[in-house]
Amino acid sequence: MLGTKLQVTWLLLAVILCPARALAQPPLSDVGDVRLVLGELREASFVEKERIVERLSARGDPSIRPVLSALLEDRLFVRESDHLIFIVKSADDSLTSLELIDPVSLAGAGSASRDDLTKIGTNNQLRKRLRALVARFDLSGPDAAVRLAAVEEILRSLDAESLALLRARSTVEPDAGVREQIEIGLGLAALDSGDSRARLDAIAALTRTLRPQVRNRLAGLLERTADGGFAESDERVRQAAAQAVHAIDRWRTFYGVVETLFFGLSVGSVLVLVAVGLAITFGVMGVINMAHGELMMLGAYTTYVMQLAMPNHIAAAIVLAIPAAFLVAGMTGVILERTIIRFLYGRPLETLLATFGVSLVLQQLVRSVFSANNRSVETPAWMSGTLQINGALSITVNRLCIILFSLIVFAILLFVLKRTRLGLDIRAVSQNRAMAQAMGIRTGWVDAMTFGLGSGIAGIAGVALSQFTNVGPNLGQSYIIDSFMVVVFGGVGNLWGTLVGGLSMGVVDQLLEPYAGAVLAKIFVLVALIVFIQRWPRGLFPQTGRAAETQA
Amino acid sequence: MIEQDRAGAAFLVLVVAVAIAAPVLNQFVPASSPFHLSTYSLTLIGKYMCYAMLALAVDLIWGYAGILSLGHAAFFALGGYAMGMYLMRQIGPRGVYGDPILPDFMVFLNWQKLPWFWVGFNHFWFALIVIAAVPAALALVFGWFAFRSRVTGVYFSIMTQALSYALMLAFFRNDMGFGGNNGFTDFKDILGFDLHADRTRVVLVVVTAAALAASYLACRAIVASRAGRLFRAIRDAESRARFLGYRVESYKLWVFVFSASLAGIAGALYVPQVGIINPSEFAPINSIEAVIWVAVGGRGTLFGAAMGAVLVNYAKTYFTGALPELWLYALGALFVLVTLFLPRGLVGLGARRRRAVHGAAAPVIWALGSHVGVSLGSKLK
Repeated sequence: MLGTKLQVTWLLLAVILCPARALAQPPLSDVGDVRLVLGELREASFVEKERIVERLSARGDPSIRPVLSALLEDRLFVRESDHLIFIVKSADDSLTSLELIDPVSLAGAGSASRDDLTKIGTNNQLRKRLRALVARFDLSGPDAAVRLAAVEEILRSLDAESLALLRARSTVEPDAGVREQIEIGLGLAALDSGDSRARLDAIAALTRTLRPQVRNRLAGLLERTADGGFAESDERVRQAAAQAVHAIDRWRTFYGVVETLFFGLSVGSVLVLVAVGLAITFGVMGVINMAHGELMMLGAYTTYVMQLAMPNHIAAAIVLAIPAAFLVAGMTGVILERTIIRFLYGRPLETLLATFGVSLVLQQLVRSVFSANNRSVETPAWMSGTLQINGALSITVNRLCIILFSLIVFAILLFVLKRTRLGLDIRAVSQNRAMAQAMGIRTGWVDAMTFGLGSGIAGIAGVALSQFTNVGPNLGQSYIIDSFMVVVFGGVGNLWGTLVGGLSMGVVDQLLEPYAGAVLAKIFVLVALIVFIQRWPRGLFPQTGRAAETQA
Repeated sequence: MIEQDRAGAAFLVLVVAVAIAAPVLNQFVPASSPFHLSTYSLTLIGKYMCYAMLALAVDLIWGYAGILSLGHAAFFALGGYAMGMYLMRQIGPRGVYGDPILPDFMVFLNWQKLPWFWVGFNHFWFALIVIAAVPAALALVFGWFAFRSRVTGVYFSIMTQALSYALMLAFFRNDMGFGGNNGFTDFKDILGFDLHADRTRVVLVVVTAAALAASYLACRAIVASRAGRLFRAIRDAESRARFLGYRVESYKLWVFVFSASLAGIAGALYVPQVGIINPSEFAPINSIEAVIWVAVGGRGTLFGAAMGAVLVNYAKTYFTGALPELWLYALGALFVLVTLFLPRGLVGLGARRRRAVHGAAAPVIWALGSHVGVSLGSKLK
């Protein structure tokens, strides 16, 4: 009531002081009201500004929200020539002319020179209040993410009014995540209630959440205050809080392990991806291909070129880069096999040296064509971001993608080897070349195709690598040793061994990392592998029977 | 064998000639004369001779015992680091921070006292022992595990490469106490002689030449001995040697350890001449480059390996100066062409021509080697 009276008084004053303008506005309508109240912002102190924004938002009309957020973002200006308030489109200080938006109709209102405009300043306290007010409007917005942010904002400064607002919202809120957040907020507020029954209920409700803020709040109840008493006076509440903290800690530890495992699996699937091509060329064919890493590098550069070719379709470029990289790296592999490697079968050490030479040439080739600098490959929007599973566990989408991707590649490779004619030929030639030849299999052609397949898979791995490492001439070198380790660890000639080996190496690496740091963890894994190979020279899944003899 | 002796003798004469001519041309020929050898070239010669020693070490185990180590640069670097530690201690209070005991990088990292593994490095004799002992100890432990569980062939190569890679990562760490990324540099003097003085450089080159000659003679003695013949037997048919009752593992371990300490000594001679040692010396490519020197020169001939090291490195110096873009192409092509067309290196090329002239029977080793190669090949396929 007071507010209305005040408004009327102000209106009267305005009419007296500035009759022409008052007559131009629709008299006493809401719109005119808002404009007038806004006009006061020009000369108001910070405290007065706060009262003004309170009054503006008190009616609960969401049309005021743009004004509040504009004020919050330093985009609310007063035009000095006529003292009218406008929102500007951009707060960029370097512009000399700013585009104006009418704060009530939100329609464009021409532009004005920067000199004619004065920013309506804010201070910390005002901004805090503004954020809370904006959040109240956002609470009923259509977007769940916006509502969630609004709830979090409101929880930062709770008062009776916002509590009532949250309570009302929790009954109609359709999104579970937002509802949970509201309940946490209400529970935290109830911890302050004078009634110990209410506090106990609140603790019971909060036990289910895993947010650090809840845990810290509950733990705070158990602390002693300066005068020696407990922060929480009631013994039963303290007990319940202690149990709740314990339960929350247990779950958080559990999810911590889950997260580490997930990280480990994602690191491991990168290893699987880079090693699975090698599992074909080295494991099945017995060729030591030191240029394997450079084939991955070619795949990564193919992705880069695809993105250059289609700058407006980043996601499509990545998808198309997968077959393109397979072809580029696969063709390179076939050429490599036909011109060099086939003359060196049965001389593994020579193959190693020759392919190392090839890797140097490929590196220098890339340096000559693309320069020695790293190239940036963009990540499509849908691959960035995180999935919040619960208060303690969030999963980054790109890690999830790499796990899925490497599993798919692995499955396809397994299918090709076990269910297609080419796979049958490959297995026949690797098991008994002479017999396969006698049966009419063109062994030379199968050799080329096998090597091409392994190389193509390396190219696909390069596409994946381009998403989270630097694409540069040295990309391959940093993965070649890891790839060999995975294949040797898993057992040469066994695809499943590569999968299990790679994943477990990744998990071990991630488990060690918090204690030893990234570099030491890597060193430790390498040393552990060296020791492992001493004890089990044929890897996790050694080949048995006749195949084992031929691989020796 | 006689051919080899003749070439070996020529090699020794060459080394001695260099050891005499280089100091004379540097010290007693005036700088204006076209015959003057600049200190830069003198240092290059010293560097090449260190590489030649490393090549001898690689050839001894790869060319004769069939063990392809892709971690010899690690032994080389370990020897270099041991020498570097001695040289760092010699700087004394002349460092940037002027600490009488702690090297600059430790002061920079706020270390209060010398780590235990630095104790003793102010004595030259202690450094000398470590130079050979640390690579030997590492080779002993690694080789004992590897040879005992019969890790052979490419597996052994990949393992040594991983070892070298792990060491590189470790030495890159600041808290390892070896200067991290930057390694050791800014050395002042060795045994009281200024390292930047020409005279010291000359002496270092002469010492390196002497060490090269001595290592050649030592390797020569090993391969000519009964053990040397057994190494070749192991290389060509390891199982057969084992079934004949020889302890293959011990022989391999012994020669591997010897080769590692030889590489360590080469590294120790290398560091005072180039004036720096850092973790990139452990890089896997360095080991593989050493293998290609041997392959180019002629695997299984000691002088060939040593000459290969000098030739390839001379080419490297030339290319990286004149056509830096082309060097990696050239090196890569060298790898491919030598393995495809010159399996016995440049020495083999010479030998083949002579064979064609005399119509003499191919050396036994060659025949044996190709026989095993063929049988292995058919087995692998």
